[in-house]
Amino acid sequence: MSFVPQLAAGAAPSGGGHETLTIVLFGVIVALTLGITVWASRQNRTAADFYAGGRSFTGFQNGMAIGGDYMSAASFLGITGIIALYGYDGFLYSIGFLVAWLVALLLVAELMRNTGKFTMADVLSFRMRQRPVRTAASISTVVVSIFYLLAQMVGAGELVSLLLGVSSAAAKNGVIALVGLLMIIYVVFGGMKGTTWVQIIKAILLMIGTAVLTIWVLAKYGFNISALMDAAATASGKGTSFLEPGLRYGVENADATKTLISKLDFISLGLALVLGTAGLPHVLIRFYTVPDSKAARKSVNWAIGIIGLFYLMVLVLGLGAAALVGGEAITAQSKGGNTAAPQLAEALGGQGTSLGAAMLALIAAVAFATILAVVAGLALASSASVAHDLYANVIRRGKATDAQEIKVGRWAAVIIGAVSIGLAIPAQNLNVAFLVALAFAIAASANLPAILLSLFWRRFNTRGATWGIYGGLGSALILLIFSPNVSGKATSLFKTVDFAWFPLSNPGLISIPLGFIFAIVGALTSTELDKAKWAELEVRSLTGIGSEKAAKH
Amino acid sequence: MPHSNNTTEKDWQEVQDSPEFARLRKAVRGFAFPVTIAFLTWYLLYVLLTAYARDFISIRVFGSVNVGFILGWLQFLTTFGIAIAYSRYANRKVDDLAAEIRIELEAQADATTSAPEGGPAK
Repeated sequence: MSFVPQLAAGAAPSGGGHETLTIVLFGVIVALTLGITVWASRQNRTAADFYAGGRSFTGFQNGMAIGGDYMSAASFLGITGIIALYGYDGFLYSIGFLVAWLVALLLVAELMRNTGKFTMADVLSFRMRQRPVRTAASISTVVVSIFYLLAQMVGAGELVSLLLGVSSAAAKNGVIALVGLLMIIYVVFGGMKGTTWVQIIKAILLMIGTAVLTIWVLAKYGFNISALMDAAATASGKGTSFLEPGLRYGVENADATKTLISKLDFISLGLALVLGTAGLPHVLIRFYTVPDSKAARKSVNWAIGIIGLFYLMVLVLGLGAAALVGGEAITAQSKGGNTAAPQLAEALGGQGTSLGAAMLALIAAVAFATILAVVAGLALASSASVAHDLYANVIRRGKATDAQEIKVGRWAAVIIGAVSIGLAIPAQNLNVAFLVALAFAIAASANLPAILLSLFWRRFNTRGATWGIYGGLGSALILLIFSPNVSGKATSLFKTVDFAWFPLSNPGLISIPLGFIFAIVGALTSTELDKAKWAELEVRSLTGIGSEKAAKH
Repeated sequence: MPHSNNTTEKDWQEVQDSPEFARLRKAVRGFAFPVTIAFLTWYLLYVLLTAYARDFISIRVFGSVNVGFILGWLQFLTTFGIAIAYSRYANRKVDDLAAEIRIELEAQADATTSAPEGGPAK
């Protein structure tokens, strides 16, 4: 280990030292992001500034911000953890999360940019009756965002308990509440411009942190990926099966039904991952922050490059954590494996040394920045939808002023924050990548059918959109409630009761096709067809005429 | 009733029915639809092989690297490749068609707004 730079021996390691460093670094991250938020708040003049950052970000900047939004606690902490614990099976998350971007690139990004203004519902309700469609879209936006949010908050709680060495429920809950409070501040003051800059800076920090860890891990194994895999397999105690499918998903055992269910669960997860991205409201509204559809295309391309590179590195981190930290040490700290990445950083620096403590604090601070940024983006998307769709368009029928709308948005951020805090507390034993996969399944079931059919199917109409959204959302939630996630198993939310009758932990396999069926059947059973608005939508979405222009400050 | 950009409902339908717009629509869908089917099939194939062809997935190719990891990395490669191919295609085949229609419509709209007493030219 001679190549590992050792800190001067004089800097004697002590528990107190690393906690001070951690708190200082966390403080720096919070101060930096709040500073950006205050700066951005001075530049927000119109609703387009607040919700869409003035539409003046470049494709590259927005690509970085999309990367920042997407490389959440689930990607960094969750996938690293799941690969560290289950090897090959965790890799599917990376692949699904990445391939999903092609759906957004080819079918959604540019057309959304050309036709929408502030929210996902702008596009969905374009040629429909406004109130029912906006109400449905707003509800599903909030539900998806809350699932995504609670995953980030679980990550935050675990992170801090690792750092401060406390496992008391009160401390974890305190951190979760703090994250919720910060999230409200970002949204209330910073709007989209502040949030986008927070995302960009976070993306840079995260890429640097991940690259340092990746190179460090690879260097330990002579830049030989096979040697790293060997070491991970050996340390896992599971031998070569660690590098093969079946430890986590598609588990094969003597009971044929159980084997089948486990395999279907894997396919269900795979489907949810690949179809979810293009239905995530906080991702969709990112396309509004650039001047035109060409810039939207560019930003997705940059995002694919950044995110792809990131996931390739996360595989190395996961294998590195398996080899150098070991599954037992990881699960002792976090049952879902969520602390594998920071534990790897500590192990690389040397457990119990100052360097190890410094690495742990640094990577944890990066992860904390990640969580704050993603939480801000999610809160913005969901509160914007409540304010713009539900309040301004449904309740006030378009008669609300910008100031009233933004005020409602702030209250919505407070309430959504409070709900996710409440839900995050009982969800603390779950892997955060798994939790986010549930948000993906809901997004793919409720939002994707309505978005695609709205943009491409002439015959689509109000009933199709509302049935699709409520049908997809309802079936995903019902299947989830009656799944083993919620009851009947030792790992369930309610361990002592068993009302589970749906065997899959991810509902996507059933609820995504159901979402499409509801949308199609709903459309076909209604005779409504606004030919003129369909013409306008199609012409505008493909040519970009009449699209919202960038603000000129 | 004029829209924000002074294009009337009748105009939208006229544009939608025009041969230029049909060409644009074909150019967009002609790439996006088949490629989407292709990459989703390729991705689902990977998922299904992982679930049901364990022996194949576990064949070692070099060192400890097995077919599964190779296929996974290939998914990354095809994703990057499709993103690049799509952008080149859109820059070459789609953007000009869209711009042509957009410029023509904007010119019409300008003509309408600059004739204050003429009413909307239909």
